[in-house]
Amino acid sequence: MFWPSSAQASTFMPVQASKIAMHVDSLYEFLLWASLISCVLVIGGFILFSIKYKRKSESDRTPYISHNNLLEFLWSFIPFVVFMVVFAWGFFVYREMRTMPQDGLEILVEGQKWNWTFYYKSGKISAGELWVPENTPIKLVMTSKDVIHSFYLPAFRNKQDVVPGRYTALTFNAEKKGDYQVFCTEYCGDQHSAMLAKLHVVTREEFDRWLANDPYKGLSLTEIGQKVYGSRCAMCHSQSDVKMVGPGWKGLYGSSRTFVSGDPVAKVDENYIRESILNPNAKVVVGFGPASAMPTFAGQLSEQEIMAIIELIKGLK
Amino acid sequence: MGTAIVDKNKNYLNEKSGLWSWLTTLDHKRIGIMYMIAVMFFFLLGGIFAMLIRAELFKVGPTLFTSPQYNQVMTLHGAIMVFMVIIPGIPAFLGNFFLPIQLGAKDVAFPRINLLSWYCLIVGAAVVFWSLLHHGVDTGWTFYTPYSISTSNGTTWVVAGAFIIGFSSILTGLNFIATVHKLRAPGMNFWRMPLFVWALYSTAILQVLATPVLGITLLLLVAERVMGIGIFDAKLGGDPVLFQHFFWFYSHPAVYIMILPAMGVVSELIATFSRKTIFGYKAIALSSVGIAAVSFFVWGHHMFVSGQSEVAGIIFSFLTMLVGVPTAIKVFNWVATIYKGSVRFDTPMLYALGFLFLFTIGGVTGIILATIATDVHFHDTYFVVAHFHYVMVGGTLMAIMGGIYYWIPKMFGRMYNEYWARITFVLIFVGFNVTFFPQFVLGALGMPRRYFDYLPVYEPLNRISSVGAWTIGVGFLIGLFVIIQAIFKGEKAPENPWGGKTLEWQTASPPPHENFHNQPVVTAGPYEYR
Amino acid sequence: MNTANSTKHHYAHHFESAEHEYQTSKFGLWLFLCTEILMFGGLFVGYAIFHHKYPELFKAGSHFLDWRLGSLNTVVLLISSFTMALSIYYAQMNDRAKTLINLYITLICGFIFMGVKFFEYSHKIHEGLLPGHLFHYAGEGANAVANLPLYFSFYFCMTGLHGTHVLAGLFLIAWLIVRTHRGEFGPKYYTPLECVGLFWHLIDLIWIYLFPLLYLVG
Repeated sequence: MFWPSSAQASTFMPVQASKIAMHVDSLYEFLLWASLISCVLVIGGFILFSIKYKRKSESDRTPYISHNNLLEFLWSFIPFVVFMVVFAWGFFVYREMRTMPQDGLEILVEGQKWNWTFYYKSGKISAGELWVPENTPIKLVMTSKDVIHSFYLPAFRNKQDVVPGRYTALTFNAEKKGDYQVFCTEYCGDQHSAMLAKLHVVTREEFDRWLANDPYKGLSLTEIGQKVYGSRCAMCHSQSDVKMVGPGWKGLYGSSRTFVSGDPVAKVDENYIRESILNPNAKVVVGFGPASAMPTFAGQLSEQEIMAIIELIKGLK
Repeated sequence: MGTAIVDKNKNYLNEKSGLWSWLTTLDHKRIGIMYMIAVMFFFLLGGIFAMLIRAELFKVGPTLFTSPQYNQVMTLHGAIMVFMVIIPGIPAFLGNFFLPIQLGAKDVAFPRINLLSWYCLIVGAAVVFWSLLHHGVDTGWTFYTPYSISTSNGTTWVVAGAFIIGFSSILTGLNFIATVHKLRAPGMNFWRMPLFVWALYSTAILQVLATPVLGITLLLLVAERVMGIGIFDAKLGGDPVLFQHFFWFYSHPAVYIMILPAMGVVSELIATFSRKTIFGYKAIALSSVGIAAVSFFVWGHHMFVSGQSEVAGIIFSFLTMLVGVPTAIKVFNWVATIYKGSVRFDTPMLYALGFLFLFTIGGVTGIILATIATDVHFHDTYFVVAHFHYVMVGGTLMAIMGGIYYWIPKMFGRMYNEYWARITFVLIFVGFNVTFFPQFVLGALGMPRRYFDYLPVYEPLNRISSVGAWTIGVGFLIGLFVIIQAIFKGEKAPENPWGGKTLEWQTASPPPHENFHNQPVVTAGPYEYR
Repeated sequence: MNTANSTKHHYAHHFESAEHEYQTSKFGLWLFLCTEILMFGGLFVGYAIFHHKYPELFKAGSHFLDWRLGSLNTVVLLISSFTMALSIYYAQMNDRAKTLINLYITLICGFIFMGVKFFEYSHKIHEGLLPGHLFHYAGEGANAVANLPLYFSFYFCMTGLHGTHVLAGLFLIAWLIVRTHRGEFGPKYYTPLECVGLFWHLIDLIWIYLFPLLYLVG
């Protein structure tokens, strides 16, 4: 049946990628069994009683049982004890989950509509892909540029809201190499469900290599543009002429744009694209206003990346 | 008073006629019926949105909508169901009709305020729907800042509408408390009040004490949107998480505003259809009050991962466990009432048993969510969606349906079609489990809520869920016809078809204008099946 | 005339007696006052949190308010509360003339309060001392403290909500005056006087908290 098999917590949970995930799952497994037992008692009880004591005739009489102190004490006290056990257990696991490492690898995480950006201490910036070495305590220091997001790692049973105007933190220690899913779990608008990221857990050597590696080495400017597009722009812009949250890029370069502000009509050129990336609200096109839905990418994209995007757009005729 | 010539054929329905006599009525029974019509209409709307949501989620990728459209539908489904269906559902509709009768009163304490509260609901709802002409609203029913500050213009209208609807809730609660304290029939002391009244009384306390806080929160949100006051806006030195504290300070008690009256209805149904005195009357009555009291101190369990302090999270987890105890007591008491009873399986009882089944699952999964370590994983996933649907739909809506079938003979003097009513129940009950049980698994697997699109691994369970949802939809549609057929074409009902012992079964069906032809005098408790 | 009239007041059909109706109305009104307190309570809690966060902000903000005007308003409202109570007393004593005089004094005090508020508001609006985005004050002390607009958000929200209540109270008092002129109140029936009176006292009480929190803080 359904319940007993789901009580094997791990089969209905994502993979366990850390020790904490295992601890959460044991607690969850206990809770499922306790739930199953109480459901059987209550649901089985009333089904049994209602069938056994089905009305035989309209002149049936029933005993007058108003209360039973011992019974009522027991069924208040026993759940209370169970709840307290569960609470305490939850408390200890939670404390373990929230204890920040002293000497962990710190990575700054920035959420914005609808992207995750990861800043490493070495100066490396990564969009949509978080790389970490295995068996190392990781501390994510997180903030948001616009609205509240939430950083959720199902395989680690961990999540934390990412709030504008303050830092929140999340820690984990990956024990298994592999790729894991990151979700945004605080509703943040149109592309909330597309605000995904990948967590890559790799060996220390691979991690160091990745950190030192220039991801764009040997690529043409357009190829770099495609990479940046995939991690930064694809949620809101198509490479055809289909309008999504923002305009499609095909044929954009050189086209005329009419602005909400009433500024003179302008043609899309390099400077216009650059300005739109760094300061999206400077010139908002009619049909996309009053305010632009696009966040600024100032500080997140290098000059090379901006140029690569411009190059990509220019090529989409 | 009231000793004038008694015309046995006159009742509250035929005493006056014409639309105007309804729209200006001060009779709590007529106002109750007007609430019924309004709530059913809103439920139909909210239900249509639910069907559309499940259609969109039937397969990966865009199906019916674009993501902004989906977000609006999802928001409206939540806002309508919470503010216009589940909250007024039992108190304002069934409560309005039966609270005074069960107390042996002629009306609620303040009939004009009662009518005013109906108009507040209608005007508030109109303002909410007005938002649809202003780019709609896409914040989710929780209106979290700062997203709700910056999004489409319609949000201001929806927030203002919810504020007005809040008045409706406050005024109803105020009326009920005053009625319970001041208008009980001779001999009706607190320990002789039916459990439905106890539940409504506890609910009313929550409505009166919690709703004003929502009121000021929504006002501040409107001010935030119109003037940018900055209290909830980090850019201006404010604190977006403060909004969540304010919001849940109301909206957690609101969860009990939604479920306590349902518990009251179920207590009535189980006692009547088991033909047995309720087990642990005082425990059930006091646990309602206990739940109401503790519910003010558990709001932070919605915010375990919001960035509130860890100590706060742990305290809120502890207090939430405490709320579980009185809830468990009630469930055990109901089961004990069935023991050695004489059980009849009429449709209302089926709904009551359905309630027990679904609410138990909703309750135990609530404990899983109250446990802070597991909630970190489940928070804002489909597990939460499944949990609160088990409580709100499996609990409250089941109780509303059971209550409607139970009291249709009294309200309209007519019986419903038992055969079709049972078919409706089966469709809704089965459909419900097919819809929401897979969502527990989806949530455990990590599918976040409020997702327009999802990863392909989640597709099979989503398909099952959508099929279940449409089954519920069919069930409710048939149910609607069963109710309409009963009201207009049903067989004439006797005064007391179920053998109920509470006061509403001691008067005519439908009741006369002043509820009783002779003032009842109460000499015993409400469930004296000896 | 008015005695005869007042004894004729019919209580609603669902009450046992006029006394029963009176007690119930008063009970209902107390419940309503609870909701008012909780509604303002939300603002006060918000105030407390932000005061804890930025104490110097509230100190700096209060310097932009004139404590003399605030004190004047406090005195005016206290007087109006007293006359409101007197009007109920005289209605119980069946002295319609004195009831009316006291109601008029209450009304006038209320208007003075709103007049002073209007003066304060228009001054602030003129200076640009406004909430959040609307803030455009550039005079002395504008940059002395961070987030100054936030103080004015609290100032306008709190006094604005309070002022709305004063206006509602004035409207109700005017309605009481009309009904007193008609001779509807007397020792047997003065429920509306009593209820509006309680409401008015609450408004007064809230101001007594607002005044030091906004004008004298720091």
